[in-house]
Order: sequence, then structure tokens, then C-alpha cells
Amino acid sequence: MSAVIENHHDDHHHGPAKGLQRWLYTTNHKDIGTLYLWFSFAMFLIGGAMAMVIRAELFQPGMQIVEPEFYNQMITLHGLIMIFGGVMPAFVGLANWLVPMMIGAPDMALPRMNNLSFWILPFAFFILLSSLFMEGGAPNFGWTFYAPLSTTYAPPSVTFFIFSVHIMGASSIMGSINVVVTIMNMRAPGVGLMKMPLFVWSWLITAYLLIAVMPVLAGAVTMMLMDIHFGTSFFNAAGGGDPVLFQHIFWFFGHPEVYIMILPAFGIVSHIIETFSRKQLFGYSSMVWAMLSIAILSFVVWAHHMFTVGMPLAAELFFMWATMLIAVPTGVKVFNWIATMFRGSITFETPMLFACAFVVLFTIGGFSGLMLAIVPADFQYHDTYFVVAHFHYVLVPGAIFSIMAAVYYWIPKWCGNMYDERLGKLHFWLSFIGVNVTFFPQHFIGLAGMPRRYPDYALQFADWNMVSTVGAFLFGVSQLLFLFIVVKTVMGGKKATDQVWEGARGLEWTVASPAPYHTFTTPPKVD
Amino acid sequence: MNPDAKKTLKRLLIAVPLMFAFGFALVPLYDVFCEVTGINGKVFQSEHDGDLVNEDGRPIALQFISTNNENMPWIFKPSKEVMDISTGKYYSATFYVKNTTNKKMVAQAVPSVAPSNAAAHLKKLECFCFEQQELMPGEEATLPVRLLVSNELPENIKNVILSYTIFDITDYESEALAHHNMDTGN
Repeated sequence: MSAVIENHHDDHHHGPAKGLQRWLYTTNHKDIGTLYLWFSFAMFLIGGAMAMVIRAELFQPGMQIVEPEFYNQMITLHGLIMIFGGVMPAFVGLANWLVPMMIGAPDMALPRMNNLSFWILPFAFFILLSSLFMEGGAPNFGWTFYAPLSTTYAPPSVTFFIFSVHIMGASSIMGSINVVVTIMNMRAPGVGLMKMPLFVWSWLITAYLLIAVMPVLAGAVTMMLMDIHFGTSFFNAAGGGDPVLFQHIFWFFGHPEVYIMILPAFGIVSHIIETFSRKQLFGYSSMVWAMLSIAILSFVVWAHHMFTVGMPLAAELFFMWATMLIAVPTGVKVFNWIATMFRGSITFETPMLFACAFVVLFTIGGFSGLMLAIVPADFQYHDTYFVVAHFHYVLVPGAIFSIMAAVYYWIPKWCGNMYDERLGKLHFWLSFIGVNVTFFPQHFIGLAGMPRRYPDYALQFADWNMVSTVGAFLFGVSQLLFLFIVVKTVMGGKKATDQVWEGARGLEWTVASPAPYHTFTTPPKVD
Repeated sequence: MNPDAKKTLKRLLIAVPLMFAFGFALVPLYDVFCEVTGINGKVFQSEHDGDLVNEDGRPIALQFISTNNENMPWIFKPSKEVMDISTGKYYSATFYVKNTTNKKMVAQAVPSVAPSNAAAHLKKLECFCFEQQELMPGEEATLPVRLLVSNELPENIKNVILSYTIFDITDYESEALAHHNMDTGN
């Protein structure tokens, strides 16, 4: 009898429950991290399929495959799904897996809220995607949903879009609160703030940004809801409102959002570069200060997204200089990464390849960002493919490469098996070539004047668009290889050691591989 | 959960509704900012101010533009497209409107001033844009505006454009809504 009780007790505390209930009811940070990562992968593939529709339509000038109305729905959903369904949940998943292990905590501080913040996400995206089958079609006003396009002229499904954004926002806010409470209160003794791994620092800052701006986004969509259904006139000029006000509120959220999607990448890349250079990271504290200053500056640059609305000269100058100022801390980070690699004994395993590509290609995206920050030049570039090229350079080989790098780097710790290095390298090179073939030509057609968001274009842009589409399909197909590699690694493979990588440092590498279901139930000793 | 964690949690939970409220606070802040700086071409009603009237004004051209918002079927045009005026003097101008439809309609005109840094120097005593216009089928009207451009208008501005867009607000039930921020001026 007592043995049975003992057994039950063991089940409850030392291993996961069985079957579907394990995933539905789990409060374990590793399980929830896994759920987030798989969810974001699914969204990445759905959003990617939409990108393929877009690029297929743009393969040749003229209308080929889809109706213009459907094209508009595709660009809108592609943006929303990749940002809110792909990149953000992937980073939250990584935070769930890694933050407690990196600071020597047994779990996240608020495990039940953690479960809730994940499980409302599938509903948000179910609602958003179901709008594709509604009368009038899915939202078609672009991911920035500028009023009055998203209010007066929106399809009826806009209300579903608004509720799905509310749910996504609630999920992000809960996730961020969890991260902050965990980091501030559950560090193992000896892990001072300035001793935290950079990924933890990057997420602490990201979480504060999320808590500050996601409610503002919720406010913006609430105002839309009231304009549409309750007769208010926040953005309606006929009633004394102002559509430009929408843009101010949106970008007050939108610009910090941009850094929400890149700061965790900075953390990841710092860890990978230091591991594979077999050196300590160069300039740890300057990295922390750089991230902090980027985060603070992100609140005072929003209007650089709207230089052409007719702002007074003084405001344009202010936002131009403030934007350019961000290049300073970002430059500090890039130089620190290079200095870390300098005279290191570097090996190029797949995570390091992705991290190096990140540094180079993110910097290219940063430079085109500087070009866009110049007010008179921006009047020319605004709403062209140059902007599309810019933000895809910082988001695809920026944020997404860092997520892939993180998966290759930590997956041996997660499931105990090494991934197939040859396939990993193949995946890297296909992605690297694909991403550049897709987005580099978009700089040229953008500078030549091709506007974004149209399903058709003038003949002189035909050649580069064709090249871009070929690249996009190469990139798209190679992500199926990524899926295959991940599944293969989860199923089996060479057993990983506890440290996994020769140069790996940090608490997460001191636990067994695969990481046991519960780690650091007693805090580790850190000097 | 340890008490420190509870404290952090409480602070963050307070921050969330505060930031939500801040999003809404941006709406009046935006109006105040536009009013103080006079940007965005927003013009508010002002009192008669004798100090603004004087003889040493300079000549400028005051141009009127009228626009119909998308499906607005009314005829709407200035009686005179350009007026040669002098700063520091009150002038009256009129706009002609006609409801060309066979139903009763309510309209609201929304003004805008270009260049935007002239807006702060344009003082309107009276303007049809401060009210709604209700016209019967086929009815026409002459709408007045009485204004002054102050002497402090920047030297480089020789041409001020006052533009009105007329909106169909028949379907808006509440008058208060349409008046939102039109009479917040001094």
C-alpha cells in the first residue's frame, strides 16, 4: 500500500503526465517552452506558405494566380502571423526553456499563468485564420492596419482581427510578466544582475518593452472597435477625429515592437559567438548598456515610420537624429561580436554559421535602416520595396536566423541528441543563399521606385522580381529540411554530452542532456 | 511565491492598465500638442481680440479650397477662390453649398490650413465648420466664415490656404460626437 502511494508521489513530482493531458495542463517551463516552439514553427510554415503565394503572384508582371483582394489578405496575414505567431512565440518559447536554467531557478515564477499565456495563443490564431473563410474575406489592410482603411473601409472580419490581437496581446503581457518576475526574484544565490547571461538580460529588457507597449496596441485596436461599432470618432475626420493619430499610436507600439523582435536575438548570438570562438564575450557590460539604451531610445523614434504625413520640420529633424543615435549602441554590439571572434579559435558548426550570417546580414539591414532614417531620402524610399528589403533583412536573417541558431545550439540539451551536422550545414547554406537572392534584389527595385503592397508592377521591375521569387521558393523549401532535421534529432541520433559544446559556459550546460524534467530544485552554487 | 516576487508581480500588474490608459491619453495629448504648436492645420474658434487688429499689416493672398469626402454628393465651393487681404484685419468669406439629393442630409466641414505653421496665426471668429449643416432636398445655402490673419504670420509666408473637406454625417446619431474637439478652442 505504501509503495503505491510512494509511486504516485514519484509520478507527480518527477516526471510528466502521460498523453494529451501532459500538454494541456502542464505548468512545467520546459513543456511550455516546447509548446511555444512547435506552435511558432507551425505559424512560420503557414505564414511562409502565404509568402509563397505573394512571391508566386509577383513572379511575372500582370495578374497571374490570385485576385488582388486575396493578395491583400495574404500580405496582411503574412505580416501578422510571422510577427505575432512566428517570431514572438519562438522567443517566448526559448525564454521558457532557457531563462530558468540559465539563472538556476526550478521553474518560471508563475507556472499556471505560463500555461494560460500559451494556451490562449492557438485560439487567437484560429480566430485570425478563420477570417479567411468569412464573408468579405480576411483583413486586407496590411499588418499596420492604418485607419480608416481598417475602420471605415474594412471587411466585416475586422472585428475578429481585433479580438485576436487582444488575445495575442494578453498572451504576450502574461508571458512578459512571468519572465520579469522570474528574473527579478528567482536567480540562484550569486547570480547578480551583472552576472546574468546576456540572453537573460535581453529578455528582461524585452519583457519590460512588451509590458509597456502591448497595452498601447490593445488600446489602439479598442479605439478601432469603438469607431466601427459604437459610433466614436477617434480616427474619423468627419467626427473630428484624425487618421494620423492612429499612426502615432500604432507606431508608439510598433517601434518598440521592432526591438522586441531583435533584442532576444542579440542575446542568443552573443552566447553562440562566445562558445564557438572559445573566448569570453568581449565587453559584457557594454552589451548590457547597449541593449538598455536601444530599448529606451525605441520610445522616442516612432515617427520615423511616418515622415511623409506632413510633420513639421522640427519634428522630422528630432526623429531623424534620435533614430540615427540608435546606430551607436547597435554598432557597439556589432563591434563587440567581432572583437569576441578576433583571435578566437573558431569552429563553424551550424549555430555559429547562423550567428555569423546574423552579424553580417543584420548589419546590412541596419545600414539600410540608416538610409531610411534620413528624412529627405525617406521621402523617396517611403513605401517602396526598399523598405520591404530593409525590414526583411533585419527580421529574416536577423530574428529568424537567430532563432534557428538557438534551436541548433540548444537542441542537444533539450532532447539529448546531436542534430545531423551535415544536414544542418546544408540547411544553413540553402537558407543563406535563399534569403539573399530573395531580398537583396528588392533593394534595387525599391530604389528604382517599385511601391510595396501591390499585386502587379511595371515591366521594368520584372527581372529582379523573378530573381526574388526564385530565391523565396529556395528559402521556403529549405525550411522543410529544417523541419526534417528537428524531427530527426528529436527521434534519435548521436547522444549529446552534458556540456554539448567544447566552449559552452553557463548553468544550463551543467545539467544532464537531455535536461531532466525538473532542474535546479535546489539552487546551484555560483561563485 | 516569495513576498518579493509578489511585489514585482503587483507592480507589473499595475503597469499594464496604466499603459492601456496611456494609449487613450494619447488622444487628448495629441490634440493639445497640435493646438499648442499650431501644427496639423487645426484651427479653433477664437474670441474677438482688438489687439490683433491694426493698420500696419502686409498684403497676403488667402486661398480657399473645397473638397468633397468620397461619396458626398453636395455641391460645395468657395464663392471666391482667392482673396487679396492684409494681415491684422477681419474679413468675411462665404462658401456655397447645395444638397443635390432628394433626402435630408447633415454635413460637417473639417478645416485645414497650409502651410501648417500659418495655422496658429489664423483666427476664426465665426465659421460654418464649428457647426453642422442640415439641408433639405435641393436646398442651398451660403456659409460664412469670418477670420483674421495676425501680423505675426512668419515673413516668408505670402500665401495662406484654407481648405475644407465636407463629410456626410447623416448617419451619425449623436451631435456631440461630431462636435468632438471642434469647440475645445478658446
